[in-house]
Amino acid sequence: MGTYLAKRVLLIVPTLLGAAALVFVIMRVIPGDVALLIFGGEAGGQIDAKQLADMRHRLGLDQPLIVQFGTWLWGVLRFDFGNSLWTGRPVIEELLIRLPLSLELAIAATFVSVLIAIPLGMLAAIRQDTWVDYLVRIVSIGGLAIPSFWVGILCILMLVIFFGWGPPLEFTPPWIDPWANFQMMVWPVVTVGYRYAAVTTRMTRSTLLEVLREDYIRTAWAKGLRERAVVVRHALKNSMLPVITLVGTEFAFLIGGLVVTETVFTLNGVGRFVVDAVAHRDYPVVQALIFLIAFGFVVVNLLVDLTYAWFDPRIRYR
Amino acid sequence: MATNIEVAHATASATLAPKLTFAGVVARFVRTKPLGAAGAVIILGMLFLAVFAQALAPYDPYVGDYGAQFQRPSAEHWFGTDEFGRDVMSRIMYGARIALFVGFAASLIGCTIGAFLGVISAYWGGRVDLLLERLMDILLAFPQLILALAIASILGPAVQNVVIAISIPVIPRVARVVRATALSVKENVYVEAVQALGATGRRVVLQHIIPNIAAPYIIMLTAQLGAAILAEAALSYLGLGAAEPTPSWGLMLSGSAPSYAEKAPWIALFPGIAISLGVFGFNLFGDSLRDALDPKLKGRG
Repeated sequence: MGTYLAKRVLLIVPTLLGAAALVFVIMRVIPGDVALLIFGGEAGGQIDAKQLADMRHRLGLDQPLIVQFGTWLWGVLRFDFGNSLWTGRPVIEELLIRLPLSLELAIAATFVSVLIAIPLGMLAAIRQDTWVDYLVRIVSIGGLAIPSFWVGILCILMLVIFFGWGPPLEFTPPWIDPWANFQMMVWPVVTVGYRYAAVTTRMTRSTLLEVLREDYIRTAWAKGLRERAVVVRHALKNSMLPVITLVGTEFAFLIGGLVVTETVFTLNGVGRFVVDAVAHRDYPVVQALIFLIAFGFVVVNLLVDLTYAWFDPRIRYR
Repeated sequence: MATNIEVAHATASATLAPKLTFAGVVARFVRTKPLGAAGAVIILGMLFLAVFAQALAPYDPYVGDYGAQFQRPSAEHWFGTDEFGRDVMSRIMYGARIALFVGFAASLIGCTIGAFLGVISAYWGGRVDLLLERLMDILLAFPQLILALAIASILGPAVQNVVIAISIPVIPRVARVVRATALSVKENVYVEAVQALGATGRRVVLQHIIPNIAAPYIIMLTAQLGAAILAEAALSYLGLGAAEPTPSWGLMLSGSAPSYAEKAPWIALFPGIAISLGVFGFNLFGDSLRDALDPKLKGRG
């Protein structure tokens, strides 16, 4: 396990460096002169040449690209992502304000979806090709087809029409006022969670189906165990490993869900921060957020792989 | 020598395999995969709307009528009108064009470039493979929507930019699968045999590797279609896709649509149904096609 761990951890270093370089190129090089953008871009008309040069110097844009990249990376290592062009405050500060909401949303959505998905997927698998199975499959394929932002919009339509609801303005942490927090978060959690549930249901169904065809399951049946014992104790336990992978792959779904859902519900979270920063052309913020999301994604995937290797020794020796 | 083997092989498979007619294949697909057939019907319906939008749409999707804002669904406007008095149903019909164009273009570009890189990686191996693999790792470090969002924000709002933004994140995912398939094909004894007979690299790739990756390629392409339509809707919703007044389904839901909830809920209702139904059709069809084309993959994912 030790060598495997070292190898995997070392392998993410070049990936992250490459990701940082890619983000740097997309955000800093392609859009052209950031200093010009700050002064209003092409629309700005006359810009004082001296002011522009000063700004370029202040942002370090007069340095060679490789030096700029190095400076940015060095900042990243010290959690210094520069200042937002929009508010002028450090990016990391702005991020930390918004993080609790997004974390709560992500965790609650994951929890709710797993709670729904595993029993449903199980039911569909043990009743394969019956109406129960068809219903679960149609609902889960349908779940994948419905865009999250539309589910969010439907929630809002319903709330406005039937309850005269207005969007909440400020995030209340659950430890201060659980009820206010619940009222604010329940519909966003549904919006993010249903899609996640659809994916997990399908995965649970198909892996359980595979396991149910194994010889040891036939043995379990043959020795006269009840269905419950066969399915829960023998089959489900062994089909959970691929479902763990989902936690990794669905992290991407989750981030996408947060971006869209927070925008629909006007929640002040990390996802909406990304959208706002893109709309304001706030490059330091976009650059930092996209890199951090990639970092999180890579780390989550690494953890998933390591969990796999921990449970399945065959992987370590490949 | 090689030609003889091929001729013999061709005649053998011709006599062994039952005669496949197009109608026969379709009939079998409908019989064995009813859900997939339902998906195909939805896709064909969408194609029909897109192709004949001009003839079918009762109103001009771009021209508003300020005397007819926020009309309820009625005999004149089946799906009602929006805040500019434009007919929602006509806009949805024209929107099918954009959804299908972006869906097909982005999937085709992404999957084809991905498959091409995958084959190169597997066949040449060595340094080329290492370099491409690291490159794909880097692209895979970003969640799909986030990468698409970043690219779209740089390129600016336009339909062709959305196609580029959606297709780039697809490339590494397809390249991975195709590389793995091509590697396993390359290890087959018969490939070694043709190489020993003096077949050129080009011949091995064209005659043996490409036909073997055709099935996974088609499977990924169909799976990607629904995802691409969904991504287009999401980007347009976030204001990074097609710009007003383009009748993009996602754009129709963005901005003001939810704020008219009480006054005109139909503005936010029908485009969402159109997106969901379209993607649902592609997903149903893709799922069944995967089962039909590749029995090994049956029941997965």
